[in-house]
This record gives sequence, structure tokens and C-alpha cells, in this order.
Amino acid sequence: MNIVVCVKHVPDAQGDRTFTDSDMTVDREGVDGLLSELDEYAVEESLKLAEASGGTVTVVTVGPAAAADAVKKALQMGADKGVHVSDEAIHGSDAPATSLILAAAVKKVTDGAPELVVTGMASTDGTMGVVPAMLAERLGLPQVTFASELSVVDGKITAKRDSDASTETIEATAPALISVTDQINEPRYPSFKGIMAAKKKPVEQWTLADLGLDASQVGLANSWTKVVEVAKRPPRQQGEIITDEGDGGVKLAEFLAAHKFL
Amino acid sequence: MGEVLILVDHVDGKLRKATAELLTIARRLGEPSAVHIGPGAETAQVTLAKYGAGKVYVFDDPAALGHLVAPQAEVLAAVVAKTNPVAVLIPSNSIGKEVAARLAIKTESGVITDAVDVQAGDGGPVATQSAFAGSYTVKSQVTKGAAIIAVKPNSAAISPAPAAGAIERVDVALSDLAKAAPITERKPKAKSGRPELTEASIVVSGGRGTGGDFSPVEGFADTLGAAVGASRAAVDAGWYPHSNQVGQTGKQVSPQLYVACGISGAIQHRAGMQTSKTIIAINKDEEAPIFELVDFGVIGDLFNVLPQATDEVKKRKG
Repeated sequence: MNIVVCVKHVPDAQGDRTFTDSDMTVDREGVDGLLSELDEYAVEESLKLAEASGGTVTVVTVGPAAAADAVKKALQMGADKGVHVSDEAIHGSDAPATSLILAAAVKKVTDGAPELVVTGMASTDGTMGVVPAMLAERLGLPQVTFASELSVVDGKITAKRDSDASTETIEATAPALISVTDQINEPRYPSFKGIMAAKKKPVEQWTLADLGLDASQVGLANSWTKVVEVAKRPPRQQGEIITDEGDGGVKLAEFLAAHKFL
Repeated sequence: MGEVLILVDHVDGKLRKATAELLTIARRLGEPSAVHIGPGAETAQVTLAKYGAGKVYVFDDPAALGHLVAPQAEVLAAVVAKTNPVAVLIPSNSIGKEVAARLAIKTESGVITDAVDVQAGDGGPVATQSAFAGSYTVKSQVTKGAAIIAVKPNSAAISPAPAAGAIERVDVALSDLAKAAPITERKPKAKSGRPELTEASIVVSGGRGTGGDFSPVEGFADTLGAAVGASRAAVDAGWYPHSNQVGQTGKQVSPQLYVACGISGAIQHRAGMQTSKTIIAINKDEEAPIFELVDFGVIGDLFNVLPQATDEVKKRKG
């Protein structure tokens, strides 16, 4: 089974993530970026599924030049080939526009017939978690999202999804879109062999024109939402810190009482 | 003022807390109407009317909830087409956000998720979100179509405002594609008797420092009527269920009071709790980053501090 896995290059959460002053978009230059941690689970699951069924894994990303690193990491883990969609007009695209570009790239790389499309549950920067459902809608594929367990046998998909009130079993038949959570597997580290092999793997570079899309459909100016204000939250004022000298629990209760929690 | 749709958050007609909050917020923006998908609309109707729903659109074909996400988006899209609402408010949980996502594409409308506040503004509703693990506050507006906004629990203090709550049935033929991912089994979670994590006004969480023994954490939570959370380290170690995980890849909570016990406060955890109103931490390590956030901190062993605090709280509560 041939698999397309969609990944995102994100600013490192360990760094000092900020917004760009000029247009209030996420600053993707001032902070080191990397393959979104939550996408590593998607890459790992794709590799497992392809290994079991004898298919290939194609990794697709949308983003500026630095996003090539996310493709590279997935190739080092074992994906077979990459697609990097990059175009100045894409800057500032919202989730609907991003899903439009991804859907077009998935269609092009599969000649219009994707078998399985796999994603992470959310990005670690925007954290909306809406692009997988949007992709399913745009591609007209059954949606099997937030899988914490997954099996695919002869195109028959069975997944477990944890909701607030229950755990659900979901079934579908490929072609389908699947998103996976961080509970599903333990992503592999690239081996030395994998790192060397990745250098020879093909990566397609596509622009909007290559996908038959127009600048008027994407980008900040054509976003369906607009940010009106970005404010750094004042750092929390550190309150009182005591060392337990045998009465720490009593003092804690006193604090709760003083602040009307009891 | 135009109609504002809210998607009812319920289990078999039993309303979850978010529903009244959505109705309360909807009243700031226009005339609230509820969209009830699934069984139990007659049960829900009384409360929906109490919090301001003029109309209750009902779609109770079992197929709607028997398949993942897509049918709910189709039903909502049909109601949007019929009512041309100024906004659609949806609970910001994993299902709700995905319903919002598909609805946005279907209706070519902008979507904002994880809103912690929504107010009326020039040119439409203004939604407030927390970004980058709570270190930024972002205000946004939808500029195209109906304003689809997924709102997190605890984003409004509910207040009643009785309205008619007239039931109106919605007739939608679900597409074959919407029925392509059936939910073949639904196992209810074991009931803990505690409030639900994302709805609770107090959350007590345990981490690596519990060493796997959550009994002092649970004991303290129960005296406060609190929900119990866990850090990723505790969940990965198998000490507590993933459904209780607080953090970037678990639940994002914003209670009145958050008590972190034996949790160091890595960015992954902070992303899930940093917007709590009051934060307390108990940790043996005085260097633990969690102490940077706290209103009150105890450097000490949770196995000493929590039982004592539990006893003292019980005493004071009489």
C-alpha cells in the first residue's frame, strides 16, 4: 500500500517562539525549526504500514525553504521520497488554504488516486488540529482521525479513538485519511545508514503553479480569518514559595482558605 | 440581530457544561439557536431554552453519531445554509474542532479554534486564543462566511435568559461519504465520580514525583471536589490513563485552581495548564521550572504535604 504522509516544519517549542511584528504571523526565521514532534508518529506509522504491505512512503510538506528539513528528517527515518511545496505567495496561509495546497499536492503525487493519507493529530505550533479533517473533506476520503491504535489489513482500516466520554472503534476502507496521536507508537531515530541513504532520495520542489493553484487562493491576504491583536502575556508573578518544615500541608490549606477555595 | 448557532454538547440529551456556556456567549453576538444532533432533544430542550435558545434544530437520525465527524458537519452545513447565521459556536474538543474544520470547508467560512473568550466586535465576533503554551494572547476575527468559532470549556460564566426553545426538525440526507467511517463500538470510560478534567474548576495533577502512587493526589482532589490530571511522564509510565493527561498532547485545562504535585513543569505540561487562574505546586526540587508559574509553592515531599493538607482541608470544611 502506498502512503502519503503530510508533515509540518515548526518552530522548536524549546526556543523562544514569537510572532512577526510586521504581519502578526508565526516567526519562522528567528527560532530554529524542526519536524513537528507530533508528525514523527505519523511518519513512524506510515513506515510500519508500508513495511507490512510492501508499499512506499511519500512525505509531503508545505512551507518556506527551511521546511526542507522536515522532509529530510522523514526521509532519514525511512520515507522513500519527498515533496516540498514552497511559494512566496503561501506565507500567512490559514488552515483552509493550507489544506487546499496539501490536497492538491497529495492528488498530484498520487496521480489523483491516493491510497492512504496519514497525518499527525495537530501541529505543535498552531495546535488547531483541523487540517486532517479539512484534508479528508477536500479529498473526499473517509476520515479516521486521532487513532491511538491502528490496523490496516487488505485495505480494511480499524482504529481506536479516545474521546472524553468513551473509547471508540472506527472502521473504514482505503482509500482514507488517517491521523494518529502520540499514543500510537514510538518513533524511530534515524540510523546512520538512514541518514546517508536520505541524501540520495528524490525530493520534488513544487510551486503553486505546479499544483494548478493561484496566489489569490492562499496566503495572508486571502485568509478567511485575520489576527487583530497579538500580545505577549505578562509573565506570571511568582508568588510565595515555602519550604516544608513539617507544616507545609497546613500552610497550603491556609492559602486555599485565604483565597476562598474552601 | 442575526441568528447564532451553537452545537449542543451532550451525551444522549444530557447536556455537558460547555452547552450553557456557548449559549451565554451566543447571546452577546445575536439570537441564539441550538443545533441538537442525536437523541434526547426533548430532554435537552428545557435547559437549552433556559439559557437563551430561541430555536432548537434537531437531527436525531442515529447515523449522525454512528459515524465519525462528517455527518455532524453535513447537518450543521444544512442549518447554516438555511439560517445564514452570524456565527457558529462549537465546543472546542477533538470532535468539535473537526466538525468545525469540515464545516469551514463546506461553507467556505473562516474558522477559529480553542477560543477562551468571544465578544461582539466591529465586523463580527472577536475570539481570544492563547498561543505558544499560553505565552501569548491572540485576538482574531473571521473575515469570510459564517464566523465558525470553537470555544473551550470554562470560557464564560453561565447565566440564564429564558427563550422559547422551539423545536424544529432538520431534514438532511446524509451522503454516503459521511457514512464511510462507522463507529462500530463505543466503550464508555469508567466513571471516577470526579468532575471531568476540562470542565472542572479545580484540577489536582500528579507527575513523576508520585512514583506511580496517585493515592495522595486523588485524596486531596476529592476533598476539594477536583478533577485529577497527570503529566505526560506519569501517563507514559503507565501510572494514569491518557485521558487524564494535561499538556500539549493531552487536555488543555484552564481551571480556577491548578495544583501540580511532583510535576517539574516542562513546556509540554505548561502548554496544558499555564492559563489556569491560580497555580499551586508541590515539588521536592526547588529548581523545578513549575515554581516560576506558581501563586503558592511548597518545596517538599508530596507524600508528606498532601495528606496533611487533605486533613487540614477536611477539618476546615467541618
